Amino acid sequence: MFKYIKKPIEKIDGLALVTGNEKYTDDFSFDNMLHVSVLHSGFAYAKIENIDESAALKMPGVVEVLSYKNIKQILYTTAGQGYPEPSPYDTVLFGNVMRFVGDNVCAVAAETKEIADAALKKIKVSYKRLKPLLDFEKSENSKILVHKDDGAFPKIPVYYDASQNLAAKVEANVGNFEEAFLSSENKIEHTFFTQYASHCAIEPHAAVSYIDTRGRLVIISTTQVPFHVRRIVSHIAEIPISKIRVIKPRIGGGFGGKQEVLLEPIVALITWKTKRPAKLVYSRKEVFKSSRTRHGYRTIFKVGFQKDGKINAIHLDALENSGAYGSHALTVLSNAGSKTLPLLNKIENLKFTGKGVYTNLPCGGAYRGYGATEAYFGYGQIVDMVCEATNNDIIEYYKKWSIKSGETSPIFKALGEGKEGVAMTVTSTSLNECLEVGAKESGWYEKEKLYGANSTFNKGKRFKRGIGMAALMQGSAIPEIDMASAYIKMNDDGSFNLNIGATDLGTGSDTILAQIASEVLDTPVENFIVTSSDTDFTPFDTGAYASSTTYLSGQAVLKCATKIKEQILQVGAEILGVNIDEVEIYDSNVVIKSSNENQNKGEVSYEDICRYSFYQNNQFQIQAGVSHVSPKSPPPFAAHFVEIEVDTFTGIIKVLKYVATVDCGTPINTTLAEGQAEGAIVNGISYALFENYYFSQHGKLLNDTFGKYGMYTAADIPPIKIFLIDSYEETGPFGAKSISEININGALPAIANAFFNATGKRLFKAPFSPEYVLKILAG
Amino acid sequence: MKASFNINNSVSELELNPNETLLNALRNNGFTEVKCGCNEGECGACLVLLKDKPVNSCQVLAMSVQNKKIKTVKGIGTLHNPNLIQKIFASTGADQCGFCSPGMVVAAYSLLKENSSPSNEEIVEALDGNLCRCTGYVKIIEAVKRSAIILQENKVEAE
Repeated sequence: MFKYIKKPIEKIDGLALVTGNEKYTDDFSFDNMLHVSVLHSGFAYAKIENIDESAALKMPGVVEVLSYKNIKQILYTTAGQGYPEPSPYDTVLFGNVMRFVGDNVCAVAAETKEIADAALKKIKVSYKRLKPLLDFEKSENSKILVHKDDGAFPKIPVYYDASQNLAAKVEANVGNFEEAFLSSENKIEHTFFTQYASHCAIEPHAAVSYIDTRGRLVIISTTQVPFHVRRIVSHIAEIPISKIRVIKPRIGGGFGGKQEVLLEPIVALITWKTKRPAKLVYSRKEVFKSSRTRHGYRTIFKVGFQKDGKINAIHLDALENSGAYGSHALTVLSNAGSKTLPLLNKIENLKFTGKGVYTNLPCGGAYRGYGATEAYFGYGQIVDMVCEATNNDIIEYYKKWSIKSGETSPIFKALGEGKEGVAMTVTSTSLNECLEVGAKESGWYEKEKLYGANSTFNKGKRFKRGIGMAALMQGSAIPEIDMASAYIKMNDDGSFNLNIGATDLGTGSDTILAQIASEVLDTPVENFIVTSSDTDFTPFDTGAYASSTTYLSGQAVLKCATKIKEQILQVGAEILGVNIDEVEIYDSNVVIKSSNENQNKGEVSYEDICRYSFYQNNQFQIQAGVSHVSPKSPPPFAAHFVEIEVDTFTGIIKVLKYVATVDCGTPINTTLAEGQAEGAIVNGISYALFENYYFSQHGKLLNDTFGKYGMYTAADIPPIKIFLIDSYEETGPFGAKSISEININGALPAIANAFFNATGKRLFKAPFSPEYVLKILAG
Repeated sequence: MKASFNINNSVSELELNPNETLLNALRNNGFTEVKCGCNEGECGACLVLLKDKPVNSCQVLAMSVQNKKIKTVKGIGTLHNPNLIQKIFASTGADQCGFCSPGMVVAAYSLLKENSSPSNEEIVEALDGNLCRCTGYVKIIEAVKRSAIILQENKVEAE
């Protein structure tokens, strides 16, 4: 079996992290460094008529002010995606139209942060206030246009119409929804809402830049996408890519929030202009209001089904509040359909319609779950409703109707990311086992009977209990688009350098990728010196998003290590004086196969192999660089079970127990895989019950601190049990698929279903605040 | 101005402004192991021990604690000489991005020094002021529990 895979191996940076030894972006400072502060708009919609920076510039220590007056108005998208980006080019770094409270007015660079902050107050901005568009449901036909005559355009040939406030529009049809819906015996239609949220990576966004000894620009950044940063900064700052180096040091969490290119162009422009190092670190308030968020969503599900529960037709209509700019607008929207609708793949008539609309509110972006979280809220409840109406056991229902190995869904081809999707057959799933194990471990069958709105357990009681579940899928990388690469070279003590473009956000991918190389080369993880995410020294990788790193970058590492293995075998055979097919690797040695009778003469160590290849004969560097593009995006699957208690007096929902069974293929590192699931689940529960953005009537974010926002702390979490239930994905490294995103999608539908079990009522709007819960209980 | 402070059992001369917070004074003078997550006393990333009590250093004026013993996560243990709690944090997977870890370790260390066999409630109460988005706290709580058990088995203090 595996030697280094499927093991709870400690993160290679673990001890350095917990002793405070690792360096994050803000831990880098340079002599003569400028400190940058950004002035953000206090108005949701306004035109800047003038900026008077003269008083600020007169302040001692103020060096530079950047605004629309002195920077080129270059359109781009802040979305760090592949090129050409599927997000519209509708943003300029500093423009003269402010489109949300938090939009960039200008930046000041000064000798100290205090001076930069003080200078912001001296800048006089004359605004012409415009009536903002704050209701996303009214955006499409509004007379207020968020992007009017600003030249915003789609970079790829997709539907885009700023004259209707449409940042994105998607439609996909399979079969004939209308006909099948009309002829169905039973029909339901429900509308669901999900809210804005902040990623809450504990490290705020930061960027530091400097000019190196040869005049090149170096940017250290809290980014998930160093190569996209390099390309986008080059575009905005008009600096050739060859003159830019981007380094991602340790980063303090991302969750999609750092897949945006926000701060890097600002420090780049200041450093390029002044030739001095520059640092910009967002305050927590700036992260909340000015960086990116989870989009707000309205989803409408129309479902036609038979008496036996068979769904004939489903229509998911999604309306996405893209906010002021369309970063990730199209692709998050597409994923709302493509990550949900294939789950029950036997439905013959499907329709997906989606629109992403502009408003004068904070911008959405990539956020763990990426559209699937938003859509599963309704999808998971709709399935529960169909089962309820037709007397089906939901576990058996999912087991019967969900996608199986060897099966496909037409949605895979119908819904891509900015273009047609990629047809694929699912070749690995353990969802049925996940359902069975989850049901057993959560006590599903006993509790579902024990509880219930009319049960003796709950009837007439103040505290009512319920149990609910949801089945889920996601993807692993964007097929035929995302590319990862790896480079390995051997050192003369038998160690290896593993250089990867992949970006470890704290997920542990540096460790996971080293484990994969370890397994191929049969040598311990400690023998790998891992360097990742440096555009000068590591090969290209699209970056850490779309649940891609283990599956995609991992396969690049596997292929690369396999090439290294061939070279090691070749040199080993040469030293041993045998043919290459007579040797194999074993425990950091090349050994002659079945060399039992003459073991001592039959092996040569990695150390000796590398020394030989460096100094002895036919000298060369044992090295390889390999790229990988996936032909498919194999879905991980999961089943989530949650038990709750509803206080019908206060409206407070308490989660009593959460059980998640997860199929991520082969979990490369069991501890890290569990950690991914636990973190996502707690984020999911916190989002379902609490987290939200509250706005003033003028569009200002009111709860812009951790204290007011209220993400979960250690004192809030219920008992959580994770069960990793392997399948084996042939196209992934040692059978691996993804795990990072899927588990954030379960809390909303599972808690809502548990609430129904407890009270007989449905929740249609997240978060399930006590106020909302009481309203539902009263109605 | 310059002023001397007692940090991690040695005297350090810090360059600072008289109105500066302890967090900024530490970070600006190379103690970057103390992290800044919010600067508002709400996330715990900047937690240090002040006279053995955990405080958010962003809420303390540096000059007000000039004569008090300050301990950062590196005062608890270093890469080459880690504390048991740090080793267990790393081996349990209590660290993901690691940005909250210095504060979490300080909180856990402080708890275990006071209370060698904390209950689950006491653990979550001690960690309540430290935010983490990566782990969901599950493995952090587990690491504190494991640390307590091993410290008890070895009959040693959390030193």
